[in-house]
Amino acid sequence: MTASISSNGFKAGSKPRPLLRISLGFLVIALVLGLLGDFEITTLDPWIEIERMVAGIITPDFSATEDLWSAVVNTVAFAILGVALGNAMGFPLALAFQFRAVRILCAFIRSVHELFWALIFLQVFGLTPLTGVLAIAIPYAGIFAKVYSEILEESDPAPLQTLPKGTSSISTFMFVRMPDAWAHFKTYALYRLECGLRSSAVLGFVGLPTIGFHLESAFSQGRYSEVTALLIIFYVIIATIRKWVHARLIPLYIILALLVIPWTGELATSNLVRFFTYDILPHPLRVAETFDMGTLSALGAWLSIMWNEQALPGIIATIILTQVALVGSGALTLLFFPLISPKFFNTFGRTTGHIFLVVLRSTPEYVLALIFLLLWGPSMLPAAVALALHNGAIIGHLIGRYTEDMDLRPDSPKGLNLYAYDVLPRLYPQFLAFLFYRWEVIMRETAILGILGIATLGFYIDSAFADLRFDRAMFLIIVTAILNIGIDTLSRYIRGRLRLRTTADVV
Amino acid sequence: MPLLELKNATVQYNGTAVLNNLSLGIEQGEKIALVGQSGAGKSTLLNLLYQQCKEDAALVPQDLGLVRSLSVFHNVYMGRLNKHPSWYNVVNLIKPLKKEVDQVLPILIQVGLEEKVFEPIRELSGGQQQRTAVARAIFKDSSIFFGDEPVSAVDEHQSHTVMQAISASHQTVVLSMHDVELALKYSSRVIGLKDGDLVMNEPSGSLKASDLDGLYKQ
Repeated sequence: MTASISSNGFKAGSKPRPLLRISLGFLVIALVLGLLGDFEITTLDPWIEIERMVAGIITPDFSATEDLWSAVVNTVAFAILGVALGNAMGFPLALAFQFRAVRILCAFIRSVHELFWALIFLQVFGLTPLTGVLAIAIPYAGIFAKVYSEILEESDPAPLQTLPKGTSSISTFMFVRMPDAWAHFKTYALYRLECGLRSSAVLGFVGLPTIGFHLESAFSQGRYSEVTALLIIFYVIIATIRKWVHARLIPLYIILALLVIPWTGELATSNLVRFFTYDILPHPLRVAETFDMGTLSALGAWLSIMWNEQALPGIIATIILTQVALVGSGALTLLFFPLISPKFFNTFGRTTGHIFLVVLRSTPEYVLALIFLLLWGPSMLPAAVALALHNGAIIGHLIGRYTEDMDLRPDSPKGLNLYAYDVLPRLYPQFLAFLFYRWEVIMRETAILGILGIATLGFYIDSAFADLRFDRAMFLIIVTAILNIGIDTLSRYIRGRLRLRTTADVV
Repeated sequence: MPLLELKNATVQYNGTAVLNNLSLGIEQGEKIALVGQSGAGKSTLLNLLYQQCKEDAALVPQDLGLVRSLSVFHNVYMGRLNKHPSWYNVVNLIKPLKKEVDQVLPILIQVGLEEKVFEPIRELSGGQQQRTAVARAIFKDSSIFFGDEPVSAVDEHQSHTVMQAISASHQTVVLSMHDVELALKYSSRVIGLKDGDLVMNEPSGSLKASDLDGLYKQ
């Protein structure tokens, strides 16, 4: 397919065609995979659960549990500490990003989802705050390093020419590179804090004392009034983030977070050493007394079983779910963005649209999937719908804002005609750029939905952790990371081929 | 031995000659104006000369080389970044030191920017930005000044003040100019370029504005 793009795709006058062709290609792939995958409603009567949910939504109960507020405080504290530490580690990595080893390290640590990091650190540090903070900080450090290095690269080199000879590299960096990058750093860090709040909430599902912990028990027992109360508080925190986060207040917030975080649990360093030098070694290597041909063939058999029975089916399910969710996200984006665009709705309509999109994108995809799972029963359907809604809302928000600056001719058509003939064709390259940028994120998220029982790679990883088979877990995590890095590379290649912007703002 | 010298310099971009076989000498203490149509090769010649002595010269390039997010004060201070240890520069970046502000202020008064000391560059007009770049060059305290149209966006009244400030604080000055009157008034010699050729090289005192008309005809 790529060959045909290069052979006749870029002739003058036929410019939009490669974009259309690649879109149709992805659509067809998703439809075929959708038929192969397991998409169905298995519950006998979803309406009963829907009724109970709606009843819960209209009667939020803020006094359901006294732990509710402490869960909210913990969620914010973990997010602040994790994002701050990720920032502190990511910044020096960004400065060293020209080294291949650093780029590979960062690609690896950010390709492992924070829930998996949490599962790893749980084995090492137990249920301590360190587990939660590091689970956010480590993958975020990899993301910060990449984005910060891109921002620094974009700073204007013109002032370098006029610097006096003998200016130190520190002075040059601080006066020429940092000032322009600083504002972008702040914007991006704020966006990451919003992501950090979602990550922190989700960490509750593996046992940390954030709101996810209460959401899980409330969901499983059908206490939807409590779920609604927790989510409303969460939305308010995220929606007001610009009001309460100021650069000057950050040190204060970090101190407060350190004070309120529950410093429980024992930290055993012996666990750390044992986990990384023994537990994660493949089983045949651990039991072997000498390293000989017997060990080697046992290792081969172990790898072959792991690959055939877990990794391969996991990869197939992950790819099916990713592709369906990607195309679903794209379709919903095109449906959602007009809701907040001044080209299509008046102020009142847009306000409603904003609230709708804020709710969808602030709800962690994990929670959305849990809701649909309760409604429809286990299959890929709840996960695909949850991912499509969540990501469609995020990209829809970005594209909707993008239309604000679009100039229309005075006699432009209205409504559907405007959408189809003017707005959509003009923003389509931007839309595809965002969507392809999000591809790898969607894949990372499909893997973690495995924890809900959908047989993606995450399902096998979660099962391995549950069985205390850390060697299997580590093998599968590495497979997942390689798959993510592969998708990221493919996405960058396609964006390059289609001449789409390759750096992301805030996706 | 002249301060700056070019012998048979030829510069090409993508096969098109920008400067043809050009020879030129500039003595210490001269004030040179490079004139000619846009595209005649003025910027190329200016950069070629600047490369010869950039260690003790100050430059105002066409794009000004300002850091847009930093204040006027900080951009001017950058002219002396090499005079202080890094930690001192970083402290002064975070909190402007009174000692440094006191040194920068007289130059800002000279170019008429004393009311914009702590404004970020991106809030300024084009002329104000040019004056900041000139102030930075003056603050650098070099003996040679190179400027590529340094006052093109400054209004007429102020352009004279700025030109005087440039002249007064540098021994040798090389400017590319499109304003013929200003060029004649503040230079000791005019170098005229046309299509990459040196077509005029005369003391300014012997020239009238109309003598330069030929440079601008096709």
